[in-house]
This record gives sequence, structure tokens and C-alpha cells, in this order.
Amino acid sequence: MSRNLILGACLSSLVLLAALVSFVWTPYNYATLNIPDKLQPPNAMHWFGTDHFGRDIFSMIMVGARTSIAVALVAVGIGMALGVPLGLAAAARKGSWSDELIMRGNDLVFAFPSLVIAILITAVFGAGAVNAIIAIGIFNIPVFARITRGAALSLWEREFILAARVAGKGAARISAEHILPNVANLLIVQGTIQFSLGILAEAGLSYVGLGAQPPTPSWGRMLADAQTMVSFAPHLALIPGFAIIVTVLGLNLLGDGLRDWLDPRIRVARA
Amino acid sequence: MTKQMFRTVSSVLAMGVSVLASPALAKSDITIAMQLEPPHLDPTSAAAQAIDSVVYTNVFEGLTRFMGDGSVVPGLAEMWEISDDGTVYTFTLRDGVTFHDGTTMDAEDVKFSLDRATAEDSANAQKALFAGIESVEVVDPLTVKVTLSEPNGSFLFNLAWGDAVIVAPESIDGIKTNPVGTGAFAFGEWVQGDNITLNRNPNYWGDEPALETATFKFISDPTAAFAAMMAEDVDAFDNFPAPENLPQFEADPRFKVLVGSTEGETILSTNNKQPPFDDIRVRQALAHAIDRQAIIDGAMFGYGTPIGSHFAPHNPAYVDLTGNSAYDLEKAKALLAEAGFADGFETTLHLPPPSYARRGGEIIAAQLAEVGITAEIINVEWAQWLESVFNGKDFGLTIVSHTEPMDIGIYARPEYYFQYDSTDFQALMATLNSTTAPEERAKILGEAQRVIANDYVNGYLFQLAKLGVAKAGVQGLWENAPTAAIDLTAISWNE
Repeated sequence: MSRNLILGACLSSLVLLAALVSFVWTPYNYATLNIPDKLQPPNAMHWFGTDHFGRDIFSMIMVGARTSIAVALVAVGIGMALGVPLGLAAAARKGSWSDELIMRGNDLVFAFPSLVIAILITAVFGAGAVNAIIAIGIFNIPVFARITRGAALSLWEREFILAARVAGKGAARISAEHILPNVANLLIVQGTIQFSLGILAEAGLSYVGLGAQPPTPSWGRMLADAQTMVSFAPHLALIPGFAIIVTVLGLNLLGDGLRDWLDPRIRVARA
Repeated sequence: MTKQMFRTVSSVLAMGVSVLASPALAKSDITIAMQLEPPHLDPTSAAAQAIDSVVYTNVFEGLTRFMGDGSVVPGLAEMWEISDDGTVYTFTLRDGVTFHDGTTMDAEDVKFSLDRATAEDSANAQKALFAGIESVEVVDPLTVKVTLSEPNGSFLFNLAWGDAVIVAPESIDGIKTNPVGTGAFAFGEWVQGDNITLNRNPNYWGDEPALETATFKFISDPTAAFAAMMAEDVDAFDNFPAPENLPQFEADPRFKVLVGSTEGETILSTNNKQPPFDDIRVRQALAHAIDRQAIIDGAMFGYGTPIGSHFAPHNPAYVDLTGNSAYDLEKAKALLAEAGFADGFETTLHLPPPSYARRGGEIIAAQLAEVGITAEIINVEWAQWLESVFNGKDFGLTIVSHTEPMDIGIYARPEYYFQYDSTDFQALMATLNSTTAPEERAKILGEAQRVIANDYVNGYLFQLAKLGVAKAGVQGLWENAPTAAIDLTAISWNE
């Protein structure tokens, strides 16, 4: 296993752990305001200090991890659940009108700047975590559709698929039983990368006020709230910023590491 | 050296000497930043405060005007006589006043302006100010007689509003983009999205202002506002949007901070027609569940004065009613239980963009949660707020600062967005309008404050502070804001 993989897995699981633990324990209630104690720098009582309402930032970061992960996970889930079948279907009927329809539809979604459309969606249907999930999810569909189709196309040329066809299996069964297991590795790697992009997108949407709404903590909104206070309370911006860096870095390293580890060619070379 | 050349040299030398000898010329231009850009520049057809900030007393003047301390003094009307029954006002106009386009300001213009404001199809945002006007007559070019249907003790005050300025029929068509008034400054240029420039009016009837040009720059983002001020890109910020940054300006000798009062009663506006807020016990519970000081400290970093009714604390007729809705969680819970909401209820909290609302809303939502009320926060832009809350009345709670001066009269309008309908209060306002004696009026105003405080119409939070920041050398900025205005005539540099 590579260093990247280990470091990435460690950072990612740290964030995941913080999110999971926050369900049962946080040092303070993240929503409790304590205005007399506002803007404390990190100290023994409040490990990451307090914000402008005197809320404990450590607790907010833990619960914020939950928000980030939930939004990114469901968004990637939407992308996979819709994108992979679309990609498989397109590959199974390569060159047909349905292939064209699916892929041109993907191009259409791809052609728009994703964050701008996400802002449009949340602006029209209202700000909130659910709409943020949908907005981010929609842009994951073409990513997965394309990568699935690309990998599936080369598989369709292989002898074992020909054998399956000779055995009388239909396109749908072949896609599910033979193609999908062989593109799974690729999807896991891509899923990790998309997951980190989803975290960033959620932070971006929250930053402009279109993500999870208060009082639900969100790293992007913590950054936005900190803007005018950076000059006298830098920890307000540094801590959520650092949380985003750790998460995105961790997921990217994990994705890179997984690709190296799962790639059969490299695996063969190693063996 | 020829004679000619000698003359030239000596005159150049003389010039140099005279420049050195004259006192250092004071700076005569200023750049003042404000947060919102006006939608257009006609103060008589829109409620937007930003319009008044730019044009009030600078470009347009009324028969009377506000001073920085809130007093009402003669403007274009030099003096006036009031008939004994209080219904006929005879104004004598100043002689020799011209509009910026050179036309004369006379009684016809006054009649035109007032008739336009009272007309059936008038677009005036404050029609109530002119409601009592029965007729406007031109007696001679410098005399106007205004007849009211009944006495109105606040008529001269009403005429001082930006909505009552005198405009000319000759230039009315272009007023929104090229305002032509009688003020000390004439409209120069409007770079949409960035700034508006005004230039000194050489034919002004009054004292010549110290400034020659003034630029109003629009900076909506609080972070950018801080940066622009710190970099000295602007000379002053009319109402600084981020109270948390003020201590830094205070500590910096280059700047001064002007903390004053505004007419902005910041309230937790409650939809009195929407259940459960139609129950007075629920509204009272809300009032007791709110800790005002925490909101002032948390949202405004300590700037603001607690209020217990819809009335400005610096007004002589103010009655302190904050005790009426003191922070008392037990009482709030008991009242909710009595009203049948022992387990609380769910409602919405619409928050417009200013930080008093966004931050105040987060604090209030947390405070209401303590008594079991779940207030779902919905952040909205101003346009959405006007559409769904102010016009659509589709809201439970909202936070907004009512910045019009002496606007307790809005509670007598049952169709107003918080939909308070009390015949007692409406009768009280009718009596107020027909009373002119100051002590009597103060008494009625005190009673009016008590009625709405006892009916817990809205949650009364605090009087919004005016937080001005300026370079140390800027003199004469209004510390308080009796109305939205940046009075350029009083501003000068002292360097």
C-alpha cells in the first residue's frame, strides 16, 4: 500500500470519526449561544475557541463534518445511482439513438458551470441542505455516466463478453453480471474524487448562503460569517478552512492511493 | 535680459509668492460610501432610504427641513402663519430661489409638488403625510395657502420629510435619472453600480457650502467596506455595516467613529393575523422569551438601545416600557401552556440581509427554542422580503428595522404587513392628529406606546444605532439620523 493511501485513509477517517462521534457526543451543544463568552481564542475550555455568538467551534466543526459528509455522500449517491445505469445502457447500445440521447444529454449538463447552476437551483427552489444535495447530485450524473460508458465500451469488445452473449445472456444481464463488477474499481476511485468535490461544492454553496441553513452548522457558512472578523479573530476563519483542507486533501489522497492500489496493470507490475 | 522677459519672470515669481502666502487651501471634495445604491433619484416616488441619503437637503429641499438633531426648521418657506383653528397654513416662500436648471422656485411649484403628492394616482411612498390636505392655493408668487380638512399637529414635521420636497413641473419627467432641485448641490453624474457625483450649486440661496464636489460610492459587502475604509479609498462611511470592526477604527488615529441614534426601531415583527400569533398570550410569551441585551451584544456588538415599544428613546415623548416585556423564560413557558402550546409550535422567521436581522435572527431562533418554539430561519433578499413578507403577508415572524421617523402611526393601519387591528389605537391616532399642543401630544404618544406594548403587537428589540466612520479631518457629519440623509452643506475638512 502506498503512503498516499495510508495518509488519505487516516485523514478521511479522522473526519468521518468526528462526524460519527458528533451524533453521540460533542464537548458543548453546537446550537447553544453564550454571548458573554464570544470570540474566545482556542483555550483549554474551548479547544478551537468560540465564535461571535459564543458557540463552541470544536462542536460546530464536528457537526459541520456531518453536514458536509451527508450532503456530499447523498449527492455522489444520486450521481452513481443514475449515472452508472445510464452509462451501462449507453455502452450496451453503442451508436444507437438512445446512446446518442444519453451522451448528448450528459454533454448538455457538463456544458454548464456546475456551481452556477447549483446556485440557480437553490435560488429557485429555496436554500437548504436538500436542494444543495440535488444540485450537486445532478452534476455527478454525467461524470459517472461517462466514465462507466468509456470503461464498459472496451469491455464489450472482450472475449468473455462474447462468450456470455453466445451463452444467450441479454444486454441487461451482461451489463449487471459482467460489466459492472469490472468497472466497480474505477467507480470507487471516481466516487472518492467526486466526494471531495461534493464537500467543496457544499462549502461553496453554504458560503454564499444557499447550503444548510442556520442553526445547522456548515463549514462554508462558518467561513462566510468569519469574513469581517478575520482581522481580530483569525481562528474563526482558519479553523473551518483547515477542516475543509484536511477533508479534501484526505479524500484526494485516498482516491489516488485507491487507484494505484486497485489498478490491475499496476497490481500485475507489482506482483 | 530683455524687458519683456524680466516682466514674465517677475510675474511668475510674484505668483509663486502669492501662492505661498495664501492660507493652505482646504480640501473641497469628499467621497462618502454607503451600503445600498438608490434605485433612482426621485425621493417623492419611492420608499428607498438610499434615495434620501443622496438627495435630501443636498439636491432637493422642502418647505421645512430636519436638522441633524431632529429639529424641524424653515426650509424653502421662510415663515408661516397658522390659523387659530389649526387648519390653514399660510407659507411665505424665500425670494430669489432658483432650480438648478435656472427656473424660479415659486408658489406654483409648491402647489404642483403638493398636488402631485396628494393626487389620486400619486406614487408617493408616504401618502399618509399629506392625507389631511384639502386644498393648496397660490396667493401670490411667494405665498401659498394650504388648507387641511382637520388640524394636524405634525403637519410641519410631515413637510420636512424627503417625500415632501419641492419639485418643478419643468423637470419632473427626468427626475429619476436627472434630479433638478433647489439645493446647495446639483446632480452631476451617476455611474450605475458604482457612484453618484454632486457638484456645488453656484446660485444657491443659502450659505455657500465648504465642499465643491461630493461623491457617493456604493459598497454593499461589509468586508469590502472595511477594506475601502482602511485603504482610505473613501473619506467616510455613512452607516458602517459591520459593527464588529468599529473598535479597530476607534483605535486608529486616522479615523473617528460616530455612534449616534437612528429612527430605526428594530422589531421582531409578528403576523398578528396568523395563528397562533392571533392569541395575545402567545405574543406575550414571545416577548418574554427574548433576551434583548444578548441580541444587542451578539448581533450589534453592543451598539443599540433596548426598546419596549415602537418609539425612539431620544424622543422627548418616549416612555420606557422595556420592563413590560422583560426576559422571563418561566413566564413565557407558563403563557404558552395557558394558550395551549405547552409543547411549543413551529413557525417561520424571515430574515432580510442586514446583519442586525441575519445575526439577530440566529440569536432569536436559539432563544425561542428554549421555550419550545421552533422558528425555521429563511434568509431572503430585500426584493423577496418586500414581495412575500411586506406585500404578501406570508410569514410568521421577521426582523426588520423601521427607519421612518415617528412612525408609530403604522399601527393604526390594519392592512399594514403585521396586521394589527385595534380600534382603541386607531382612535388614539385620530386624537393625536387633531391635537397641536405639545404636552397633550406627548401624553397621547405615551398612551399609544403603552397600548401597543400591552398588546404585544411585535417583539420590540432595540433602537438601531447609526455607526458612522470617517477620516479624522472630516467635520460636520450628522452623528444621529433623524431621517435618512447625508447633509453635505454642513461638511467641511479640518486638516
